[in-house]
Amino acid sequence: MQLPDSKDFWSGVMLIAIGAAAVFIARDYPFGTALRMGAGFFPVVLGVVLVLFGLYFAVRGLRNSAKIEGSWSPRALVVLPLAFVAFGVLMEHAGFVPAMLALTVGSAAAGAEFRIGEVLALAVLLTALCVALFIWMLGLPYPLIIGM
Amino acid sequence: MDLFHNLIFGFGVALSWQNLLYCLIGVSVGTLIGVLPGIGPLGTIAILLPITFNVAPVGALIMLAGIYYGAQYGGSTTAILVNLPGETSSIVTCIDGYQMARQGRAGPALAIAAIGSFFAGTVGTLLIALFGPPLADVALEFAAPEYFSLMLMSLVAAAVLAQGDMAKSFAMVALGLLLGIVGTDVNTGVQRFSFGITELSDGIGFIVVAVGMFAMGEIIANLGEPEQRSVFGAKVSHLFPTLTDMKQSIGPILRGTAIGSFFGVLPGTGPAIASFSSYIVEKKLAADPSRFGRGAIEGVAAPESANNADAQCKFIPMLTLGLPASGVMALMLGALQIQGIQPGPEVMTQRPELFWGLIASMWIGNLMLVVLNLPLIGVWVKLLTVPYRLLFPAIMAFSAIGIYSVNNSSFEIYLTALFGVLGFVWTKLGFPAPPLLLGFVLGPMMEEHLRRAMLMAKGDATVFVTRPISLAFIIVTLIILVVMVAPGMKRTRGEIAG
Repeated sequence: MQLPDSKDFWSGVMLIAIGAAAVFIARDYPFGTALRMGAGFFPVVLGVVLVLFGLYFAVRGLRNSAKIEGSWSPRALVVLPLAFVAFGVLMEHAGFVPAMLALTVGSAAAGAEFRIGEVLALAVLLTALCVALFIWMLGLPYPLIIGM
Repeated sequence: MDLFHNLIFGFGVALSWQNLLYCLIGVSVGTLIGVLPGIGPLGTIAILLPITFNVAPVGALIMLAGIYYGAQYGGSTTAILVNLPGETSSIVTCIDGYQMARQGRAGPALAIAAIGSFFAGTVGTLLIALFGPPLADVALEFAAPEYFSLMLMSLVAAAVLAQGDMAKSFAMVALGLLLGIVGTDVNTGVQRFSFGITELSDGIGFIVVAVGMFAMGEIIANLGEPEQRSVFGAKVSHLFPTLTDMKQSIGPILRGTAIGSFFGVLPGTGPAIASFSSYIVEKKLAADPSRFGRGAIEGVAAPESANNADAQCKFIPMLTLGLPASGVMALMLGALQIQGIQPGPEVMTQRPELFWGLIASMWIGNLMLVVLNLPLIGVWVKLLTVPYRLLFPAIMAFSAIGIYSVNNSSFEIYLTALFGVLGFVWTKLGFPAPPLLLGFVLGPMMEEHLRRAMLMAKGDATVFVTRPISLAFIIVTLIILVVMVAPGMKRTRGEIAG
């Protein structure tokens, strides 16, 4: 059976997954009564609501087949968040300057055009600008390079 | 009278050197991002929020507000000159504005856009000053049931009026509510959805969600689309509109302002609805509708006034009731909360300088924009030639620094990356983002009010309909639901929201 590629169907699937997960995780939270609502009341109710929405969309998606429109860049979807994560990792272990360089170069790599000379120049410029602005002028207390 | 004294007081606050500087920075940055496509006020404000920690609350609000309404000005400049809407609210201005530019009438178009916006801004300021205090007075009578019903009404309105699929907007509200209650439950101390991660015990930072979805998510989406640039290189001379232009624009400006103010106080509506609606109205009222789309100045005057009035009036529910009417307002609310101020009716009495200073500053900001923008048009257009591939790494850098600086936490960086991916996926699947942000901000508050209301009423759920104000909100909620779901309205809504 071919899985439908309709926007609605997958929207529905996603919502069902999230809602079910919410209800499952919240199953041990004290539910309480309407008078004294426990911690689990809102989460379970919301989870159920999401599952219901999900079912609605999934069914709707099986009946119409509006596809996901527009082009999208898988590279951007993967590389950009990774560049951001790299910033986080490097801030903790290597310092502000390496983090900024990695972020700039990494972000640029997410785009379609990547000219190494231009990217490096941009990285250096941007890092210098941010060091001047955030570390020196605004005084954020981050080590430029850890270990120096 | 009171209004006069309050306004004088407000101007006293707004005219201090620092606040004038914040205002200038705000409107300049706002115009800048309004001109540049791919980055909007929501993402920018989210990124700059952490900076406002070190600034006095009034200054912070003044700057962030300046960014917000400044972006409306910037967006119209590029819409007219280059047929590129910098902001969604300027899409409509492109239609007739660009045609006017092609006919060599870019100057009058820009001038009328600026004048209309300034007029709308002035009216908006007056409306806030007039209706703010009485609204706050009424709101002081509110107790938990009223707040719950009010928030319910706002969320329903937000979902119904959001652009795109209404059912998906509702789903996003629910999702936002769910994300909002991650963390420690204040009443019972139970950790919810925190998976034992300490950073999550205080909940997900809303800056994380906002920057992730609106800054990073946007960039991911933009990188997937081919870059469009239609540089016109318009020579902008003869800035002054003719007498006919001005006469033709008076009506549209007035009507646009009215429409914008109306949508301004409605939760969930972005500036796009205001500008679209006013364009449609002008076209329907025009003696010769065929002129629209071919350089009719009414097609510029009305939407520009509308989106500015909308932007200003969006502050009313937030400042008086503590209720965010849009994603940007949710961020403003967050900015206040970070400063330790709980927005609501008490703010006006306890911290009047916040309210009146902000209002006065908004008018000053509008003035700055009119004075600054027209001469600087050439500069703004030059900026459009900067390729996106150089811009977005800078946006990423500012986002990262901003997020990290909140709690010095790499975890929040990772979480932001996650929301960037989620935000992109959700947008691609057709889920509009602002309802989620609203649900996220209002979620914990709604739960709190629901609990308290039930406690007050000893478990009797009819408390929401036996108390008159609460009943009024519930009725409006039902009306909104019924009216918008009815088939006739679906078409009109599609026209407006589409």
